Amino acid sequence: MSAVITSKAPPPATGFLGFWHTFRRNKMAVVGLFMLVMAILTALFAPQLAPYDPKAITRVTIEDIYARPSAAHWLGKDDAGRDVLSSFIYGSRVSLIVGFFASMISIFIGGVIGIVAGFYGGRVENLLMRFTDVMLVIPDLPLTVVIVALTKPSLFNIIFVIGIVGWTGTARLVRSQTLAVKERKFVLRARAIGAGNLHIIRYHILPLVLPLLVVNTVLIISLAILNESTLSFLGLSDPTTLSWGQMLNFAFTRGAMSAGAWWVLVTPGLGIVWLVLGCTLLGQGLEQVLNPRLEAHHLAAGPGMVARRLGD
Amino acid sequence: MRYFRIVLRKLAWAVFTVVFVICLNFFLFRVLPGDPARAGIRDPRLTRQAIEAIQVRFGLDKPVINCVESLNPFTPGDCLINPLQTQFFIYVSNLLRGELGISYHSNRPVATILREQLWNTILLIGVAQVLAIVLGMTLGIAAAWKARTPIDYLALLGSLMAWSLPTFWLGIILLFWGSTSLGLPTAGKSTPGANYATLWQQWADLGRHLILPTLTYTIVFLGEYMLIMRSAVLDVLSEDYILTAKAKGLSTFQILKDHALQNAMLPMVTIIALNLGFTVAGAIQIESVFSWPGLGKAIFDAVGRRDYPVLQGAFLLIAVAVILANLIADLFYSYLDPRVQTE
Repeated sequence: MSAVITSKAPPPATGFLGFWHTFRRNKMAVVGLFMLVMAILTALFAPQLAPYDPKAITRVTIEDIYARPSAAHWLGKDDAGRDVLSSFIYGSRVSLIVGFFASMISIFIGGVIGIVAGFYGGRVENLLMRFTDVMLVIPDLPLTVVIVALTKPSLFNIIFVIGIVGWTGTARLVRSQTLAVKERKFVLRARAIGAGNLHIIRYHILPLVLPLLVVNTVLIISLAILNESTLSFLGLSDPTTLSWGQMLNFAFTRGAMSAGAWWVLVTPGLGIVWLVLGCTLLGQGLEQVLNPRLEAHHLAAGPGMVARRLGD
Repeated sequence: MRYFRIVLRKLAWAVFTVVFVICLNFFLFRVLPGDPARAGIRDPRLTRQAIEAIQVRFGLDKPVINCVESLNPFTPGDCLINPLQTQFFIYVSNLLRGELGISYHSNRPVATILREQLWNTILLIGVAQVLAIVLGMTLGIAAAWKARTPIDYLALLGSLMAWSLPTFWLGIILLFWGSTSLGLPTAGKSTPGANYATLWQQWADLGRHLILPTLTYTIVFLGEYMLIMRSAVLDVLSEDYILTAKAKGLSTFQILKDHALQNAMLPMVTIIALNLGFTVAGAIQIESVFSWPGLGKAIFDAVGRRDYPVLQGAFLLIAVAVILANLIADLFYSYLDPRVQTE
């Protein structure tokens, strides 16, 4: 009899395996991860996947401009007679690069400010959080537009500007989590045996703030990708980098609309939606996995009628 | 009395933020590479006298602040100069008189240009926000009520999709579809060269121009309102007094109407007030796509023309609008929720 019981061993609750076990059962997170991995693979293997080189110099005749989709060019051609599918595949690189690096900047600034404010408290906290409040109020898009318009439009500048504008939400989130963790008994115990501030932050605060930061990073990546495409669409990107927003800018300003060239207008946008939706789903799913909260409410029908609060 | 003190504190904070934004707005345009001193006058054919005349006209011949002649490149200057003669003080005193400078492009006062555009933006946003709020709240309540059923998942997926759409791309797609298959106008707020026999015709024309941008706006904001309303209602529904109401034998509709909605409205009110400020800013994308002559279009055009006074003025206007909306949201919230006042 005991063999039957031991064969039904409970899943490991901690560590990566335990995390993977709960993660796997969350449909949103799995779908989001799949979408993101697909996009990353496309960007990595762009030279192998793209049927043509989008930067190659070609002879263009009048028939090439906004040529309809055909067997040779599955998604037709754009205003310069280039293959849309190839530009689309290469364009994923810019979105991912900007999304990744800009969110790293945001997360770093927001994380440092949040932990320092939450941990040290007092005047430091007051100053930092007041500064965060001011920055939170200033609208992001006009500010980025103004800064990018004043500086030279380059990939680096766009990453930098999107990064330094988007950290406010993270700072507030990290601060409140730090405040909660700081009050826990093990921090007091560590202090009692003589641990310094940096040691406590590194070994006791950071590990408990990290899950929150991971969820936040995924969501901030999606925001950065949206921001990048908007800036490029408004004509504020480096004209030599090929991005989805820029493809839309060229198509929109160079008469794709009146030519009826839907393939140039629809394709890059779908790419942006795919990537942003993937990040959002992964972020939402991760949040449910790492921070399970409300499962049901009093009006819900069936066995879940009474609210169950998990892990509160 | 306590409420009065809260109002005072929030008011002081808003004033401080406005001052910060004014300083940021002034120095940002002088620190960053494309400073106004050279941007407006890049034409190499201009003579030295002409350049100096332009600099005097736009007040760029004066030092930026005391001890600093120019910020880009940084050059130290006279410290003993009368502070009232510096660019910063002239900028601030002009602001106090409601003057935002002169446009490099059209040579007209920026304040006049922006005033015309602001009303167009408010018209567009006003209609779209009302639609988005009504639809979003209805869908949010429905989704929360039917939580964890197919209806809920469909609504959730829909709002996540709406959130992931780049606003400008949705605009392009709707413009493409609306203009080809519905014959709706593609740009502006009125048909160019149209002669209206009656006022009614003029309004009808404006309405036709409003349809597509409004639809775009509504879809973009619908998702956000729905998600917030859904989680607010869910939060309230898991409170114990809802269980009590259920135990008393009240119907689901009664519980929703009399017990849940009032409390679930609290976060909605804040978000609505905040959004009213931010949408003035978000209009850049939609107005650029639909060539709607509003504040966002003014920013887009000013960027292309390197028309810094207009850019500066529009940015200030938007920032102040957001700060005001924030203040209103704060005050409204602490008025509605007495718990905030006892903090």
